[in-house]
Amino acid sequence: MIELTINGVLVSVEKGATILEAAEFLGFPIPTLCHMEGLSPYGACRLCVVEIGEGPKAKLVSSCTYPAEAGLKVRTASTRVLRTRRMILELLLASCPQSKIIQDLASAHGIRRQRFKQEYEDCILCGRCVRMCEEQMMAKAIGFRGRGEKRSIGTPFDVQSDVCRLCGGCMYVCPACQLRCTYTEPEKAICGGCANLSPPCIEKDPYDDMLCYMSPCVACEITKTEMKIGV
Amino acid sequence: MTQSTTQLMNLPSCPNDAVDVHVIQRIVEEHNQTRGALIAVLEDIQAEYGYLPETALRTVAEATGRSLVDIYGVATFYRSFSLQPRGKSLISVCLGTACHVRGAPMVVEEFERQLGIRVGETTSDMAFSLETVNCLGACALGPIVAVDGHYFSKVDPAKVKSIIRKARLGLSPVEESVA
Repeated sequence: MIELTINGVLVSVEKGATILEAAEFLGFPIPTLCHMEGLSPYGACRLCVVEIGEGPKAKLVSSCTYPAEAGLKVRTASTRVLRTRRMILELLLASCPQSKIIQDLASAHGIRRQRFKQEYEDCILCGRCVRMCEEQMMAKAIGFRGRGEKRSIGTPFDVQSDVCRLCGGCMYVCPACQLRCTYTEPEKAICGGCANLSPPCIEKDPYDDMLCYMSPCVACEITKTEMKIGV
Repeated sequence: MTQSTTQLMNLPSCPNDAVDVHVIQRIVEEHNQTRGALIAVLEDIQAEYGYLPETALRTVAEATGRSLVDIYGVATFYRSFSLQPRGKSLISVCLGTACHVRGAPMVVEEFERQLGIRVGETTSDMAFSLETVNCLGACALGPIVAVDGHYFSKVDPAKVKSIIRKARLGLSPVEESVA
């Protein structure tokens, strides 16, 4: 067993555990997109940054890949950590503004503006699907291709893979593409509807085809009632 | 994905993948099928065919017992590997900082105009492929153009024509290229 301090609380975890696991065991939630139980740690999304060490030697590490060390002092929500996390979220939001998971995280972290160009990608290259395919489905049908800004995930030569069994595991674990967040103003960067619980549609014109994940939705009920009464 | 589709559209008539499976297997065996030898294997295949044919990559996957995804990932990661057929001569124009400020972009444009292709493409007669590289390591002699291992120094748009002519005639092994 290894003893370390997380947010001032002494905790002992098994050898080989990561900071993320230790913090979750202790009840300190750390947001993450690329980490998933059952898949190898990857450290792609950087959302799980925590601050380790003290004073001027304190540094930011990704907690999902950093193994717990004896005597380590970890802060999971210091000002520096939160500032960094907000920056990462803002960047992730710029690449995938349609992801409900990222929109919710952004709302929860108090992101109220978007300074970057919206890219409307469907992928944050977190590699969850790649690891799912390889480690749980034993298929290795998809993988990373290319480099730099041309990096993408897919099958070799963009043709259907011989080893793909169409299990759908890749889509199931995807944090960017599985749920679509379509706010009434798709060109607006930040939705925030679900998180701040003010139904965004209530002051908008009635809309039919938008997907809404609020269930039950107060606004829809009100609109329906109003239509019945004929206001 | 957009890149690969544009490349496909601009493809010159592709020679129908005349890949000898045994050649690929021999290349793999020469490298003892070690895991670390993948790049060396791919380099040898590229030396043999001028590019990495799809069939060759599939054969490598079979022969090494590794998944095609891994091999494709390595082949697309490095810029020196090409998955599209390349011309007989490969023209590499240096666009490193030093060459850039000395007017290499104009040289690239001139090559594009004279060959009728854009960077990354191959002429329809499969004679030339044009690419840009980020530094050839001879900054003092810039702008540098390398054709099949021959370096042309202090190139300006006026010299492009003679470089193409020389390359068409075939460059001698010890070409004196400092004009």
